[in-house]
Amino acid sequence: MTHVEAAITEAFKQEWGRVVASLIRMTGDWDLAEECTQDAFTTALARWPADGVPDRPGAWLTTTARNRALDKLRRSKNEAAKLKEAAMLAGPAEPADTGDSGVTDDRLRLIFTCCHPALSLEARVALTLRTLAGLTTAEIARAFLVPEPTMAKRLVRAKGKIRDAGIPYRVPPAHLLPDRMSGVLAVLYLLFNEGYAATAGTGLVRGDLCTEAIRLARVLTGLMPAEPEASGLLALMLLTDARRAARLDADGEVVTLDKQDRSRWDKAEIEEGIALLDAAIRHRQTGQYQLQAAIAACHASAADPADTDWAEIALLYGQLRRLVPSAVVELNRAVAVAMADGPAAGLAIVDALDADGQLPDYHLLAATRADFLRRLGRFDEAALSYRKALQQVATEPERRFLTRRLTEVTGQAQAGPEN
Amino acid sequence: MQYMLLMVAEPDDALNEAEPVKVVGQQAPSADDADEPCWMPWAREVTARGVVIKDGARLRPATTATTVSGRDGEALLTDGPFAETKEQIVGYNVIECADLDEAVDTACRHPVVAQLGGRVEIRPILPD
Repeated sequence: MTHVEAAITEAFKQEWGRVVASLIRMTGDWDLAEECTQDAFTTALARWPADGVPDRPGAWLTTTARNRALDKLRRSKNEAAKLKEAAMLAGPAEPADTGDSGVTDDRLRLIFTCCHPALSLEARVALTLRTLAGLTTAEIARAFLVPEPTMAKRLVRAKGKIRDAGIPYRVPPAHLLPDRMSGVLAVLYLLFNEGYAATAGTGLVRGDLCTEAIRLARVLTGLMPAEPEASGLLALMLLTDARRAARLDADGEVVTLDKQDRSRWDKAEIEEGIALLDAAIRHRQTGQYQLQAAIAACHASAADPADTDWAEIALLYGQLRRLVPSAVVELNRAVAVAMADGPAAGLAIVDALDADGQLPDYHLLAATRADFLRRLGRFDEAALSYRKALQQVATEPERRFLTRRLTEVTGQAQAGPEN
Repeated sequence: MQYMLLMVAEPDDALNEAEPVKVVGQQAPSADDADEPCWMPWAREVTARGVVIKDGARLRPATTATTVSGRDGEALLTDGPFAETKEQIVGYNVIECADLDEAVDTACRHPVVAQLGGRVEIRPILPD
């Protein structure tokens, strides 16, 4: 790659979202904004090799895209286009944001508009990737395993709703901000998980989703450094992503946390994640992402699985459960408590969940219960729970694991509980 | 922007027995009448917030509805609403406000949502 090509690639990563965001504010037209931003990069590709890379590539690209938009509007015979042109020439009409700083980065307006709750969750995710991250429709379609025309339709529909239903292009006012902030974080978290949950095969494309999610979370925390939950989410992503290389073995099988080769964890990501989390915690506004990041940090800072501070993890899950009442969180707490205080304590929590009729079809509830019973030497009961888990399990690797354990406890049950 | 708020709820006495009072334009009804319909405080509140109520009405129950449907160039008449559900369209308002956020806020304050557990569908009105 030549020096100029590298500069353009870098500018695309750094500036795409910023240029689109500014053009949307200037023109109020999402399609025009994307088109002209694309054109500006094409022009850069033609001009920069001869003219040299400009000192401020972002400003150069924005000006080029703006001129392109004016040009297109001028040549249009359409009345509405003429009005838009006049409005653009009259200068930037600032939306009525109620930010503290007085100056709002257009990318913040774009993030909050893309993640508006009046849009479906899938539309929010697709729009964020297209307009803010600059992924092509084909790339987004591949990442979400849907045909390209389906993704194209989803994007057209979302942009149509923003335009026709009057979804405002602004950072929401203070009284709406906490709610809307958690909506934005939810989109970024979903994006990350989509990438992380994927295993071999489509792995390459989907792993990119993790990278994009981290990049977007960096933009958000850069623009809103005083939002501890945004920093908490970025920390959670980094601490989780640090384990990505160690997560699959040579055959593409999932390796559980306690079996992972910890020397393959990304130390730079772990350090950055822990530093971010420490800074976030100082705001003393706890939240679900900070708590999850703190749990991930407990794992990341244990050099050996045996060094894991399970008592601290159990405590953190307890706090998380109070914020996000969820049976899955409670099940995780049971696992941590069992590690800290022994399987009997964990079993009591799982049995309480079971008695409440929580998670009746969730194979991990039965599998966890089976594991506790196995460790307590109650092999007959363990076998019953493994059989129940096997009826509910969906993926092959997990089925193989549970079958192996069932054979084990059946053998031990026949040999007698004393063995 | 103009929006139509379609109120959907299970028919309720509070709605059916309220006196039909029409609020149009920006003059907020001022009389603090004990017998005033449940949506009157809403009309005052949102008008004070700068929302213009252009039109609105309650509808008689769906038992009085007649549906006309076009099929093969002919109009077919049926007794009842177009969809037989427990919930009915109980009324509507046409409002003018800044954007969807303001329309959502206006709908959230309406008694159909705030008190009766019903729903409001917000539809932008096509400009002329």
